[in-house]
Order: sequence, then structure tokens, then C-alpha cells
Amino acid sequence: MSIMSYLGAIGAAQREAMEADERVVIVGEDVEANVYGTTGGGKSRSSEGDFLQMFGRNRIRNTPISEEGIVGIAAGAAMTGLRPIVDLSYSSFLYMAMDQFVNQVAKNRYMFGGQASMPVVFRSAMFYGLNTGAHHSDRPYPMFMNVPGLKIIAPASPEDAKGLLRAAIDSDDPVLAFEAVKLWGLKGEVGDEPFRIPLGVARTVKEGTDVTLVAISGSVPDACAAADRLGEEGVSVEVIDPRTLVPLDTAAILTSVAKTGRLVVVEPAHRTCGAAAEISALVAEEVFDALKAPIVRLTAPDMQIPFSPSLEQQMYPTRDGIAAALRRVTGLKPA
Amino acid sequence: MRTDIPTSTLLEMQRRMTRIRRFEERAAKMVKRGLIPGTVHTSIGQEAQVVGSCMALDDDDYMTGNHRSHGHPIGKGSPLGPLMAELVGKATGVCRGKGGSLHLADFSVGSLGESGIVGSSIPIATGSAFASKLLGRPRVSLAFFGDGAANQGVLYEAMNMAGVWKLPAIFLCENNQYALSTPAHTVTSGNIFERAAGFDIPGVRVDDGQDVIAVYDAVKTAADRARAGEGPSLVEVMTYRFNEHSEGLRIDNYRDKEQISEWLSRDPLDRLAGHLRDRGITDEQLKQLDAEVMEEVDRAVEFANESPYPEPSVAFEDLYTDEVTAV
Repeated sequence: MSIMSYLGAIGAAQREAMEADERVVIVGEDVEANVYGTTGGGKSRSSEGDFLQMFGRNRIRNTPISEEGIVGIAAGAAMTGLRPIVDLSYSSFLYMAMDQFVNQVAKNRYMFGGQASMPVVFRSAMFYGLNTGAHHSDRPYPMFMNVPGLKIIAPASPEDAKGLLRAAIDSDDPVLAFEAVKLWGLKGEVGDEPFRIPLGVARTVKEGTDVTLVAISGSVPDACAAADRLGEEGVSVEVIDPRTLVPLDTAAILTSVAKTGRLVVVEPAHRTCGAAAEISALVAEEVFDALKAPIVRLTAPDMQIPFSPSLEQQMYPTRDGIAAALRRVTGLKPA
Repeated sequence: MRTDIPTSTLLEMQRRMTRIRRFEERAAKMVKRGLIPGTVHTSIGQEAQVVGSCMALDDDDYMTGNHRSHGHPIGKGSPLGPLMAELVGKATGVCRGKGGSLHLADFSVGSLGESGIVGSSIPIATGSAFASKLLGRPRVSLAFFGDGAANQGVLYEAMNMAGVWKLPAIFLCENNQYALSTPAHTVTSGNIFERAAGFDIPGVRVDDGQDVIAVYDAVKTAADRARAGEGPSLVEVMTYRFNEHSEGLRIDNYRDKEQISEWLSRDPLDRLAGHLRDRGITDEQLKQLDAEVMEEVDRAVEFANESPYPEPSVAFEDLYTDEVTAV
């Protein structure tokens, strides 16, 4: 085990996958210069472990700023023998390629009766909470959850980032990886050897008995902090990170809520039709009888993201807000 | 006309064009009688452009199509039975009844699929060319698209990447001059084939796209160039669809009768039949070829009719390669 950053773990998974399989290639905007730090040992072209030097321009390649074309070309390449990892940098850029994602990537295998397989990974980063304004702050993973045929991962720890990305690269189906940039610098213990975390298996971050707190992506650290605070107040919180949003580990969530009888779901995406909405509906349908309190969703409001730090910071769930919700559903008085 | 194409190849061209014609005539009838559900777009009238392109490719070359795409897999050599079964929605359809007329694909002949979204399959073909280049396999990829798709931005994203990376790709514009009812010249600035110049790749126009040999020549040149590692080409082929945009649409106020009859007088099947007669092929032989194709179409329809509909559970298969339960 080594202490590794989330970003370093992404780089490690990419490097291991490229070493293991020549069909794995990386394409995207600014990948050759390692601008975001996932395609090399450092930010300098000459630093050790630089992907361009290790694998050559055939296997790591800058693209023009043509998201629709990039996504479609990666899909066509995946259908005919390559296993591309596409770095789309900002998650907001995915919209430029919406037709390719929805009509080609997600549908081709199905509508051609299983003739196609689509082993391609699309990585993108959600730059929310960083004062980048409305065009760079999107958390669009729920939109893509609404598209059958795509698999979606949203790892929240360095260990999960490495293991899930590796499993995504191994998958013969298209996988979208959403990374919260606020997690990129997060450090944690990561296995040095190659390993994979299967898609569709949630991580119970913390076991508890009084309330289930499901947290997604960048909300996980805040959820853990809030859970710790409630622990000091005598409430036992079970924190579950689904890690994979499609397929969703429904059993882990339902089993936990059946045990605790309470659910708080927290995520940085918009409220309407979000992952939290989906998980809430699932719990209400399946384990309604176990519920001792109304379900609480903590999300961003259905509002655009403003630029000014004084405006933006109120837009996402906070650890104080999560703690307050946990107190509410467990009947504790506000602290 | 060029003389170095063997008569056997010309006969195969005639056979494939006839297959498209007879297959689609039958499909149109079946739509009218309610035997084919949904919508059907025929390429009747465009057979020379389809077959000339497909036969200029090798068997394992890739291609993608559009909404008007029965002809593409047929031109590439697909058996007719599974295609007709797909149009009818049967379990034996080439896409197991999941695709239908708008989404035929036959990977066994390199057909990576049609797209019901105009222009959307162009980067898919380009991506297969990218894979061929990186994997070092000598395959060419051809993207069929119409004059309508020529105004989609993604075409130029794909052409740019194919150009800068010298991908073995052919962008084949089937210019039948109308995007449904909209005349191409009213919505298209400049000539489509000349847009290639902006990407520093060859762009040619086949003005007589009803001549299968002219199309074959142009596409063969592009394919040879692509296979030699010299990069992509744009080939625009002027052609005309004889039927309406889609069967049963019954909107015919945008093309005048004179224009239609002028194009009908240059039927691609008659044109090649003329060449074949010059080569000593008899009317009897041509009739025999047509009869054989009619028999093939009959058998395909029989196959489709006798095949079962898919089980309802099939609707929940093929979304992923592994078992993921639909919610």
C-alpha cells in the first residue's frame, strides 16, 4: 500500500491498463502534456513516467476540441478493436457530444441486437465549488443515469478511483467516470498492485445502526465528517457510497435502510430527477414499512451555479446541513 | 467506359443493384399492405451509387449508413433473409428485431450500422478507421451520408481528425439533392465536395452517379489511397431517389414531374444492362439474373414470414454485455 492522491490513483490505473493491454489508448484534449496530471509522473514532459514517452503518440493522443467527433470516433474505435479511454476534461463539455453518447454509444449494442460491444471509458471532471462559474461547474451524472446502456462510476476515494477505473477499462460496455475535482487532491491508502473494484458494488464507508446516509461523489467526505459529529452526539450513522451509479447497488442501500429505518441522501447534483431522487424513490417503494421518518434529500437547488465565492458556496450540501438533516430524522434537537 | 473491370464483376454489380431494387420494391409493397411496421426509406434510383461504393471496398472493410440504408448491407453482400426478417420485426432479423429498417447492421459484412440520426454515424466509421490505423490492419472505412448530413457539424469534426491523422476513411456523400423536401441548393453554401479542400484532403464529385462504374472508379481511387496510408477522401455522388422520402408519406409537391422523368430515364440498372450487352451478355442472361434475384427476394420474404416474433424477454437483452437488470 502507498499513500496516493485521487489524481495519482487515476494515473496509476491508466498506466497499468495501458501496460497490460495494447488496445488501451488515451485520447482527449491536452492529454499529451499531462495538463491535468493523470497521464504522467509529473507536469513536465521530461519527468519519469510520462505517458507520451512510455507509450508513444499512437497510444496517447491530443484531439482537437471536437467533443462530438471525439466521442463518436472513440465509439467507432471501440466497436472495432480498441479500448479507448477518452479524457473529456470538464463534465460540462459532455453536452457537446450528447448525440453520440445517447444515440450511438448507449444504443448501438442494443439496436444492433448485440452485434456491437463498446469497451470505452469517458472520463470527465466536475469543477464545482471552485468558482469557475456556470459553464464549468456542472454535475451532470444524473442526466446520463437516465440513458440506458451507459454505466456510470463516481469514485470518492483514491482506492476506489484506481480500482473502479481499472474495472471500467476492463468492461466491454461504455463507462462514464465522473470525478469531483475537489476530490483530486484527496490522499489515501491505495494498493500498489493492479486491482479492480467490480462495478455495481457499494462501499459501506462507516457502519451504523440509527440512520443510513447515502453520499455521492464529492459529498462523501462531508457526509463522513457529519456522521462523525453525530457519533459524538450519540447517533450511529451508516455511510454508504454507491461508487457506481449504474448499475446501482440497490441491495446495499435497501438492506441498510431496512436496518436503520431512516434515510438521508446527499449529492452535489440538481434536485429534480437526481441520483438522490432515484434512491429515495427506490427506498420508498421497496422498504417503506421500515421507515421511521421521512426520507431527506440534500442536493444542489434547481438553480445555475453563480461565479462569486460568496454566492457559490451556498449551492451544495455542507457538513453542517448534513448534520442538521441527520439530527432531524433521528429526532435530535438542532445542535 | 473503362474496360479493365471483368465482366464477372459487372455482372455482380448488376446482381447487387437488382437485389436492392427488388428487395425494396417488395418492402414498399409490404409497407402498403401493413406487413412491415414503422417507416421505410428506399434507395431505389440510387443503386449505382450504393453498389459502386460497396464493391470498391474489400469484404472486411467497414462502413456506416443512414436512415436510407437497406442498400448498403445488400451492396456489401449481406444475405437478404435476415434483412427482410428485421424489417418485419422477427427474431431471425439481423438485429434480432431490435433495429428495424432504420437501424440495420450486419457486422459480418463490415456494416457497422445505420443511424436514424442524420450525420450521427459518420464519426463511428471514422473511429473504425482510427482503430484500423492504430492496430495496423489494412482496412478502409466508408461513411455514407446524404446532402442533408453534409450540413451537420460532426462531419467536419470527423473530416478534420481523419485528415490530420491520415485515417483510412472515405466520406461518401450520396447527394440525392433533397433533404426530405428541402432542395440541397437552398440550404447548402457552395459545393459539398469542395469542402474537402479546407481539410487538405481530396474531394471529388461524380456527376453521373447513376453510372455504377463511375462511382466504383472514384471510390476505388479513394480506397486505394486510404489503404496506402495516404489518408481520407471526400467523394460526392450526384444521384436521385425515385420513390418518395419514406413509403406512404404522400408528399410530392417539391419535385417537378419533368425532373423526375428525366432521372427515371437514366435508371442505373438499365445503364449497366446496356454496358453488359456491349460485352456480349444476352437479354436472356439478364432476364435470368433478374429472375434469380426475384427468387432470392421471395425466399427472403418467406424466411421472414415463417420466422417467429421475438420473445418479449428479448426486449430486455443486449443492453450490456453482462447481466444488468433493467430497473
